Amino acid sequence: MSSTDVAPDAPEAPEQSSLRSGGRRFGDTLFSTLSVGSGILIFVTLALVAIFLTAESMPAFRESKELAGIFGTADPAFSLIGGVAPYIFGTVLAALIALVIAIPVSIGIALFISHYAPRRMAAGLGYMIDLLAAVPSVVYGLWGGVWLVPRLEPLYVFLNQTLVWPSWVPLVPSGEAIIPLFAGDPTAPMRNLASAAVVLAVMILPIITAMAREVFLQVPRLQEEAALALGATRFEVVKTVVLPFGRSGVVAASMLGLGRALGETMAVLMILAPGATFSWHILEVGMHNTIAANIASKQAESSGADMSYLIYTGLVLFVLTFIINAIARWIVSRTTVKG
Amino acid sequence: MNVRQNKLASLAALGLVGGLALTACGGGSDTGSTSGSGSDNGGAAASGDYASLTGSLAGAGASSQQNAQTAWTESFMGLVQAQGGSLNVTYDSVGSGTGREQFLSNQAAFAGTDAALTEEELASSKEVCNGEQAFDLPVYISPIAVVFNLDGVDSLNLSPETIAGIFSGKITKWNDEAITKENPDATLPDLDIVPVHRSDKSGTTENFTEYLSETAGDVWTDGPVEEWPTSGGQSGEGTSGLISTVEGGNGTIGYADASQAGNLGTAAIKVGEEYVPYSADAAAKAVDASPREEGREDHDIVVKLDRTTTESGAYPLVLVSYLAVCGSYADQATGDAVKSYASYIVSAEGQKAAADNAGAAPLSDELSSEAQAAIDAIAVG
Repeated sequence: MSSTDVAPDAPEAPEQSSLRSGGRRFGDTLFSTLSVGSGILIFVTLALVAIFLTAESMPAFRESKELAGIFGTADPAFSLIGGVAPYIFGTVLAALIALVIAIPVSIGIALFISHYAPRRMAAGLGYMIDLLAAVPSVVYGLWGGVWLVPRLEPLYVFLNQTLVWPSWVPLVPSGEAIIPLFAGDPTAPMRNLASAAVVLAVMILPIITAMAREVFLQVPRLQEEAALALGATRFEVVKTVVLPFGRSGVVAASMLGLGRALGETMAVLMILAPGATFSWHILEVGMHNTIAANIASKQAESSGADMSYLIYTGLVLFVLTFIINAIARWIVSRTTVKG
Repeated sequence: MNVRQNKLASLAALGLVGGLALTACGGGSDTGSTSGSGSDNGGAAASGDYASLTGSLAGAGASSQQNAQTAWTESFMGLVQAQGGSLNVTYDSVGSGTGREQFLSNQAAFAGTDAALTEEELASSKEVCNGEQAFDLPVYISPIAVVFNLDGVDSLNLSPETIAGIFSGKITKWNDEAITKENPDATLPDLDIVPVHRSDKSGTTENFTEYLSETAGDVWTDGPVEEWPTSGGQSGEGTSGLISTVEGGNGTIGYADASQAGNLGTAAIKVGEEYVPYSADAAAKAVDASPREEGREDHDIVVKLDRTTTESGAYPLVLVSYLAVCGSYADQATGDAVKSYASYIVSAEGQKAAADNAGAAPLSDELSSEAQAAIDAIAVG
């Protein structure tokens, strides 16, 4: 927000100096105008998107139970909160699980590239990771749905049926999965939230890895050497110097990944058998869906007020992304101060 | 050394990206092209002179018609070209709802739709149709097959009540008495039934649930719906997604456009006292036995499918998809193109192309000539 406050002043400053130096700074003026213009364009675009979403959602507002009183609608068809809440739950849950899977792996890869691998290998590996980011999400969706889902099945069966409370442990539901998240009654094919989250994790892996790698490479050489000189092993160097230095960078990278996971549509659409519940059982099929995938699967056959309601869910996703980004900024600023 | 390595790396990268791009392309439509055979016939069956047709004609709508429309556009363009015209016909399968919206906002000259235009839409069509109303023409009849994946079983006899029981979760085992009673010869395992539905909003789901609610209303209580009414249970995105989900499990059962059933087992459904397996003829028979929807204009041909028909050999689990066209086109070129194209579609030749490429059931002669009369009534200019 602070950049808007600065924006009006920015073009004036070079203008004054260009007057003083007799028009020699034309390039400066042009460039600063262009860059301020680009900055403003972002706000205009965002504002237009928000206006579009809100305007197109109006028919849904009018037909909603919550606002029926205001608009005087006799027979409201939609529920603004109840209708979209399960999808918010599914969206956030899938993104969080993906993040939990992706962050440790990403940090591991980034550390390997920056501190363990021989230089040549590091370059090649970094390149491969960047390539992962270039794979279209449809391909991830195909791969996930056709190849990965059947191969995850034994793992799910293990988590759901083998990793259960034995009957001799008191005070627990014997035969239930030890980890409540894996309880429930999964059926093959395992097109569940867990599978979707695994693929999402692979998709956000390159983003987090690339940023974390850059941050780890910025660690001051002198600090690392000082730690080594004090007798630290390589692991201790990583633990005491590299990770604390890179913490805010990793958090920022994770939030970027989270952003992608929240909005990812195609892969989820192709893998997940959707439903609309608040179930915590991520192995059960047909229980969850994300906002983006829900829009994609219904927009083709929707028109009129139904379409408007879908656009309203898009507005919710828009706001949700904003909120999550704000939280991310707050976390980053906090960790930066500490580090 | 270093430079060489970079080159190698980028070569490898190129190879990878190329491979991926190919994979991405491979996921598209798998309909074979048909233009070759079509152009040989030289427009003998379809009426009209195509030599004067030029420019482009854009349609949009139902994805159920996609394969048929691909066949129609290709062979129609072949016919036009053979007579010296140059018309480019495209069909964008954006879905029925979006297609109707595009048609009514003048972005598409015609629309493919699984549901006939509503009264409101007909009224608003006057704005884009030169003051005349638009109307619907039945162009695509497709049987919906009940498909299942069960080891050692290729076909089953199922009554509507049993199908409704399975899909509403009341019948949960393959060796349930309701199923074994209808299939005394089949060896049915003690296995859980996994019903699979469409995860997206679809005309197939609507036709299927309409069939269930009309033939077994006391078992299927959710009425005809475009979106599956309950959470939980397996589902697949689009026809191909549903088929791959059914193929991916054991003991799964679903419903899909019959042309996509592939190697899966299919059910014969109970009509009257006999069990009828799906076929193009049986589907056409069910449409012929059905009355027209009342309260429509003369040329607005909408079939009110009689799901409860007891006609021998009819398969009432069908989807009828329509072509929505204007009653009048202000632009001469567009109007001529729409009339020629629509005539081709409802002609015997066009219907055969749809049957060969999309597994559709051809329109009966009676329906076809009625549609042709409606097309002739389109005013141009």
